[in-house]
Amino acid sequence: MLLIDCPYCGKRPETEFRCGGQAHIARPTDPSALSDADWSEHLFVRANPRGVHAERWNHIHGCGRWFNALRDTVSDRFIETYPVGSEPTTGSHPSQGTEPTRSTQTETRA
Amino acid sequence: MLEVRYRTARTRPLARATLPAALDPGLTIRPAEAGARFSLRVRKATGTVAGLPLDGPINSLAGDDARWIARLGPDEWLIGTSETEADALAAAVASDLAGTAHALVDVSHRNVGIDVSGAKSAILLNAGCPLDLGDTAFPSGSATRTLLGKAEIVLIRWPGATPRYRVECWRSFATYVHGFLVEAGLGTTAPSKAA
Repeated sequence: MLLIDCPYCGKRPETEFRCGGQAHIARPTDPSALSDADWSEHLFVRANPRGVHAERWNHIHGCGRWFNALRDTVSDRFIETYPVGSEPTTGSHPSQGTEPTRSTQTETRA
Repeated sequence: MLEVRYRTARTRPLARATLPAALDPGLTIRPAEAGARFSLRVRKATGTVAGLPLDGPINSLAGDDARWIARLGPDEWLIGTSETEADALAAAVASDLAGTAHALVDVSHRNVGIDVSGAKSAILLNAGCPLDLGDTAFPSGSATRTLLGKAEIVLIRWPGATPRYRVECWRSFATYVHGFLVEAGLGTTAPSKAA
Protein backbone atom coordinates (compact mmCIF):
# COMPACT_ATOMS: atom_id res chain seq x y z
CA MET A 1 0.00 0.00 0.00
CA LEU A 2 1.23 3.47 -0.87
CA LEU A 3 1.41 5.74 2.16
CA ILE A 4 1.11 9.49 1.70
CA ASP A 5 2.48 11.77 4.38
CA CYS A 6 -0.31 14.26 5.09
CA PRO A 7 1.20 17.39 6.68
CA TYR A 8 -1.58 17.33 9.29
CA CYS A 9 -2.25 13.61 9.93
CA GLY A 10 1.01 11.87 9.15
CA LYS A 11 1.39 8.80 6.97
CA ARG A 12 -1.99 7.60 5.75
CA PRO A 13 -3.13 5.11 3.12
CA GLU A 14 -3.43 6.31 -0.43
CA THR A 15 -7.15 5.54 -0.75
CA GLU A 16 -7.97 8.37 1.65
CA PHE A 17 -6.54 10.93 -0.78
CA ARG A 18 -7.58 12.57 -4.02
CA CYS A 19 -5.22 14.21 -6.46
CA GLY A 20 -6.07 17.77 -7.47
CA GLY A 21 -3.76 18.25 -10.43
CA GLN A 22 -0.77 20.45 -10.91
CA ALA A 23 0.25 22.81 -8.10
CA HIS A 24 1.72 26.30 -8.13
CA ILE A 25 -0.25 27.47 -11.16
CA ALA A 26 -0.08 31.22 -11.53
CA ARG A 27 -3.64 32.47 -11.94
CA PRO A 28 -4.03 35.42 -14.31
CA THR A 29 -4.60 38.59 -12.32
CA ASP A 30 -6.78 40.12 -15.04
CA PRO A 31 -8.51 37.32 -16.96
CA SER A 32 -10.48 39.68 -19.18
CA ALA A 33 -7.26 41.05 -20.62
CA LEU A 34 -6.13 37.64 -21.84
CA SER A 35 -6.51 36.47 -25.40
CA ASP A 36 -8.61 33.38 -25.99
CA ALA A 37 -5.49 31.35 -26.62
CA ASP A 38 -3.87 32.43 -23.36
CA TRP A 39 -7.07 31.82 -21.42
CA SER A 40 -7.53 28.34 -22.83
CA GLU A 41 -3.92 27.65 -22.05
CA HIS A 42 -4.49 28.65 -18.45
CA LEU A 43 -7.63 26.56 -18.19
CA PHE A 44 -6.68 23.40 -19.98
CA VAL A 45 -2.98 23.05 -20.56
CA ARG A 46 -0.99 21.38 -17.83
CA ALA A 47 2.49 20.03 -17.66
CA ASN A 48 2.91 16.28 -17.79
CA PRO A 49 6.56 15.77 -17.00
CA ARG A 50 8.44 12.54 -16.74
CA GLY A 51 10.03 12.99 -13.34
CA VAL A 52 9.35 15.32 -10.46
CA HIS A 53 5.92 16.93 -10.53
CA ALA A 54 4.42 19.35 -7.99
CA GLU A 55 0.80 18.41 -7.38
CA ARG A 56 -2.11 19.41 -5.19
CA TRP A 57 -3.56 16.64 -3.05
CA ASN A 58 -6.57 16.53 -0.79
CA HIS A 59 -6.86 14.28 2.25
CA ILE A 60 -10.55 13.99 1.50
CA HIS A 61 -11.32 10.97 3.70
CA GLY A 62 -9.21 12.25 6.56
CA CYS A 63 -8.66 15.79 7.73
CA GLY A 64 -10.14 17.15 4.52
CA ARG A 65 -7.25 19.55 3.91
CA TRP A 66 -5.49 20.41 0.70
CA PHE A 67 -1.73 20.24 0.56
CA ASN A 68 1.01 20.07 -2.03
CA ALA A 69 3.27 17.20 -2.86
CA LEU A 70 6.33 16.56 -4.96
CA ARG A 71 5.86 13.26 -6.69
CA ASP A 72 8.09 11.45 -9.11
CA THR A 73 5.88 10.37 -12.00
CA VAL A 74 8.32 7.64 -12.97
CA SER A 75 8.61 5.82 -9.67
CA ASP A 76 5.32 7.13 -8.15
CA ARG A 77 7.38 8.00 -5.09
CA PHE A 78 6.31 10.94 -2.95
CA ILE A 79 9.41 13.02 -2.37
CA GLU A 80 7.86 15.59 -0.08
CA THR A 81 4.53 16.92 1.10
CA TYR A 82 4.07 20.45 2.36
CA PRO A 83 1.17 22.74 3.27
CA VAL A 84 -0.49 25.01 0.77
CA GLY A 85 1.22 28.38 0.64
CA SER A 86 4.70 27.10 1.42
CA GLU A 87 7.57 26.01 -0.75
CA PRO A 88 9.11 22.55 -0.92
CA THR A 89 12.38 22.22 0.92
CA THR A 90 13.69 19.33 -1.13
CA GLY A 91 13.96 21.28 -4.37
CA SER A 92 14.60 19.00 -7.25
CA HIS A 93 14.88 15.28 -7.19
CA PRO A 94 18.57 14.45 -6.87
CA SER A 95 18.54 11.54 -9.25
CA GLN A 96 16.54 13.27 -11.95
CA GLY A 97 18.15 16.67 -11.81
CA THR A 98 15.00 18.39 -12.99
CA GLU A 99 13.21 21.31 -11.40
CA PRO A 100 9.61 20.80 -10.32
CA THR A 101 7.25 21.98 -13.02
CA ARG A 102 5.81 25.32 -12.01
CA SER A 103 4.18 26.96 -14.99
CA THR A 104 1.45 26.35 -17.46
CA GLN A 105 3.41 27.93 -20.25
CA THR A 106 3.67 25.36 -22.92
CA GLU A 107 7.25 25.35 -23.92
CA THR A 108 6.97 21.64 -23.24
CA ARG A 109 3.85 21.18 -25.33
CA ALA A 110 5.66 20.81 -28.62
CA MET B 1 -31.28 23.09 16.38
CA LEU B 2 -33.57 20.11 16.71
CA GLU B 3 -37.14 20.65 17.69
CA VAL B 4 -37.73 18.73 20.89
CA ARG B 5 -41.03 17.32 19.71
CA TYR B 6 -39.39 15.61 16.73
CA ARG B 7 -36.88 13.72 18.79
CA THR B 8 -39.40 11.29 20.14
CA ALA B 9 -40.38 10.28 16.62
CA ARG B 10 -36.84 9.49 15.55
CA THR B 11 -36.37 6.09 13.96
CA ARG B 12 -33.02 4.48 14.37
CA PRO B 13 -31.77 3.02 11.12
CA LEU B 14 -30.19 0.01 12.78
CA ALA B 15 -33.03 -0.69 15.21
CA ARG B 16 -33.74 -4.03 13.58
CA ALA B 17 -30.14 -5.04 12.96
CA THR B 18 -29.42 -8.55 14.10
CA LEU B 19 -26.22 -10.42 14.68
CA PRO B 20 -25.59 -13.89 13.31
CA ALA B 21 -25.05 -16.67 15.83
CA ALA B 22 -21.78 -17.58 14.18
CA LEU B 23 -20.11 -14.26 15.05
CA ASP B 24 -16.71 -14.54 16.65
CA PRO B 25 -17.26 -14.78 20.44
CA GLY B 26 -14.38 -12.37 21.02
CA LEU B 27 -16.27 -9.57 19.30
CA THR B 28 -19.19 -7.31 20.05
CA ILE B 29 -20.85 -5.29 17.31
CA ARG B 30 -23.68 -3.21 18.66
CA PRO B 31 -25.51 -0.19 17.23
CA ALA B 32 -24.92 2.71 19.60
CA GLU B 33 -27.68 4.56 21.34
CA ALA B 34 -29.01 7.57 19.49
CA GLY B 35 -27.15 10.70 20.46
CA ALA B 36 -26.57 14.28 19.45
CA ARG B 37 -23.66 15.13 17.13
CA PHE B 38 -22.30 18.49 16.18
CA SER B 39 -19.80 19.43 13.53
CA LEU B 40 -17.75 22.42 14.64
CA ARG B 41 -15.55 24.47 12.34
CA VAL B 42 -13.47 27.27 13.77
CA ARG B 43 -9.99 28.56 12.98
CA LYS B 44 -9.03 29.21 16.58
CA ALA B 45 -7.83 25.92 18.09
CA THR B 46 -7.37 27.15 21.64
CA GLY B 47 -9.36 27.06 24.84
CA THR B 48 -12.50 25.07 25.42
CA VAL B 49 -16.07 25.02 24.18
CA ALA B 50 -18.80 23.82 26.54
CA GLY B 51 -16.06 22.37 28.74
CA LEU B 52 -14.49 20.37 25.90
CA PRO B 53 -10.92 21.23 24.85
CA LEU B 54 -10.16 22.43 21.33
CA ASP B 55 -6.38 22.33 21.62
CA GLY B 56 -5.84 18.57 21.51
CA PRO B 57 -3.66 17.13 18.76
CA ILE B 58 -5.26 16.47 15.38
CA ASN B 59 -6.91 13.03 15.28
CA SER B 60 -7.34 12.81 19.02
CA LEU B 61 -10.32 12.42 21.29
CA ALA B 62 -11.13 14.22 24.53
CA GLY B 63 -13.91 13.66 27.00
CA ASP B 64 -15.63 10.45 27.99
CA ASP B 65 -18.10 8.03 26.41
CA ALA B 66 -21.08 10.22 27.13
CA ARG B 67 -19.65 13.57 26.08
CA TRP B 68 -16.72 13.73 23.71
CA ILE B 69 -15.00 15.88 21.17
CA ALA B 70 -12.90 14.50 18.34
CA ARG B 71 -10.50 16.73 16.46
CA LEU B 72 -10.69 15.58 12.85
CA GLY B 73 -8.53 18.27 11.27
CA PRO B 74 -6.79 21.56 11.98
CA ASP B 75 -10.10 23.43 12.15
CA GLU B 76 -12.73 20.72 12.38
CA TRP B 77 -14.21 18.91 15.36
CA LEU B 78 -16.97 16.37 15.86
CA ILE B 79 -18.79 16.68 19.17
CA GLY B 80 -20.94 13.92 20.62
CA THR B 81 -23.31 14.11 23.53
CA SER B 82 -26.67 12.81 24.69
CA GLU B 83 -29.81 13.96 22.95
CA THR B 84 -31.13 15.60 26.07
CA GLU B 85 -28.09 17.84 26.27
CA ALA B 86 -28.13 18.89 22.60
CA ASP B 87 -29.75 22.28 23.04
CA ALA B 88 -27.66 23.17 26.08
CA LEU B 89 -24.44 22.22 24.31
CA ALA B 90 -25.26 24.28 21.24
CA ALA B 91 -26.02 27.29 23.42
CA ALA B 92 -22.83 26.80 25.44
CA VAL B 93 -20.68 26.58 22.29
CA ALA B 94 -22.32 29.69 20.87
CA SER B 95 -21.61 31.64 24.05
CA ASP B 96 -18.02 30.35 24.35
CA LEU B 97 -17.27 31.30 20.75
CA ALA B 98 -19.17 34.57 20.73
CA GLY B 99 -17.29 37.08 18.62
CA THR B 100 -15.34 34.36 16.80
CA ALA B 101 -16.32 33.26 13.31
CA HIS B 102 -17.39 29.63 13.62
CA ALA B 103 -19.92 27.14 12.31
CA LEU B 104 -21.72 24.68 14.57
CA VAL B 105 -23.95 22.31 12.63
CA ASP B 106 -26.25 19.77 14.22
CA VAL B 107 -25.57 16.47 12.42
CA SER B 108 -27.35 14.23 14.93
CA HIS B 109 -29.67 12.77 12.34
CA ARG B 110 -26.87 12.28 9.85
CA ASN B 111 -24.59 10.24 12.07
CA VAL B 112 -25.13 6.68 13.19
CA GLY B 113 -22.80 5.06 15.68
CA ILE B 114 -21.80 1.41 15.88
CA ASP B 115 -19.82 0.18 18.86
CA VAL B 116 -17.19 -2.46 18.23
CA SER B 117 -15.35 -4.02 21.12
CA GLY B 118 -13.43 -7.13 21.94
CA ALA B 119 -9.89 -8.35 21.59
CA LYS B 120 -10.23 -8.82 17.83
CA SER B 121 -11.78 -5.43 17.11
CA ALA B 122 -8.77 -4.17 15.19
CA ILE B 123 -8.70 -7.29 13.02
CA LEU B 124 -12.38 -6.82 12.32
CA LEU B 125 -12.03 -3.15 11.40
CA ASN B 126 -8.99 -3.83 9.25
CA ALA B 127 -11.18 -5.98 7.04
CA GLY B 128 -12.29 -2.72 5.46
CA CYS B 129 -10.24 0.04 7.02
CA PRO B 130 -6.75 0.60 5.59
CA LEU B 131 -5.42 2.38 8.69
CA ASP B 132 -2.76 0.91 10.91
CA LEU B 133 -4.75 0.17 14.07
CA GLY B 134 -1.82 -1.02 16.16
CA ASP B 135 -1.35 0.43 19.63
CA THR B 136 1.49 2.65 18.47
CA ALA B 137 -0.15 4.09 15.39
CA PHE B 138 -3.69 4.33 16.71
CA PRO B 139 -3.56 4.36 20.53
CA SER B 140 -6.60 4.67 22.73
CA GLY B 141 -7.92 8.21 22.64
CA SER B 142 -7.49 8.47 18.87
CA ALA B 143 -10.19 9.57 16.50
CA THR B 144 -10.02 10.13 12.78
CA ARG B 145 -12.05 10.19 9.64
CA THR B 146 -11.20 7.28 7.37
CA LEU B 147 -12.77 4.66 5.14
CA LEU B 148 -14.46 1.36 5.85
CA GLY B 149 -15.05 -0.53 2.67
CA LYS B 150 -16.69 1.97 0.36
CA ALA B 151 -18.09 4.20 3.10
CA GLU B 152 -16.53 7.13 4.86
CA ILE B 153 -16.52 6.72 8.64
CA VAL B 154 -15.19 8.44 11.72
CA LEU B 155 -13.30 5.91 13.77
CA ILE B 156 -12.89 6.53 17.49
CA ARG B 157 -10.89 4.43 19.90
CA TRP B 158 -12.15 5.11 23.39
CA PRO B 159 -9.66 5.66 26.18
CA GLY B 160 -8.79 2.54 28.15
CA ALA B 161 -6.62 -0.52 27.86
CA THR B 162 -9.24 -2.79 26.32
CA PRO B 163 -9.88 -2.07 22.65
CA ARG B 164 -13.24 -0.40 22.25
CA TYR B 165 -14.06 1.41 19.05
CA ARG B 166 -16.88 3.56 17.81
CA VAL B 167 -17.64 3.64 14.09
CA GLU B 168 -19.59 6.76 13.17
CA CYS B 169 -21.03 6.69 9.69
CA TRP B 170 -23.65 8.54 7.76
CA ARG B 171 -27.19 7.35 8.14
CA SER B 172 -27.58 6.24 4.55
CA PHE B 173 -24.43 4.12 4.89
CA ALA B 174 -25.49 2.58 8.20
CA THR B 175 -26.91 -0.69 6.92
CA TYR B 176 -23.93 -1.13 4.61
CA VAL B 177 -21.39 -0.43 7.36
CA HIS B 178 -23.16 -2.63 9.88
CA GLY B 179 -23.51 -5.44 7.36
CA PHE B 180 -19.86 -5.06 6.42
CA LEU B 181 -18.76 -5.33 10.05
CA VAL B 182 -20.99 -8.33 10.73
CA GLU B 183 -19.76 -10.12 7.65
CA ALA B 184 -16.16 -9.34 8.56
CA GLY B 185 -16.88 -10.70 12.03
CA LEU B 186 -17.54 -14.11 10.51
CA GLY B 187 -13.97 -14.32 9.26
CA THR B 188 -11.79 -13.10 12.11
CA THR B 189 -10.96 -16.52 13.48
CA ALA B 190 -7.51 -17.69 12.55
CA PRO B 191 -7.52 -20.51 10.03
CA SER B 192 -7.03 -23.85 11.72
CA LYS B 193 -3.63 -25.40 11.35
CA ALA B 194 -4.96 -28.93 11.05
CA ALA B 195 -3.41 -30.70 8.15
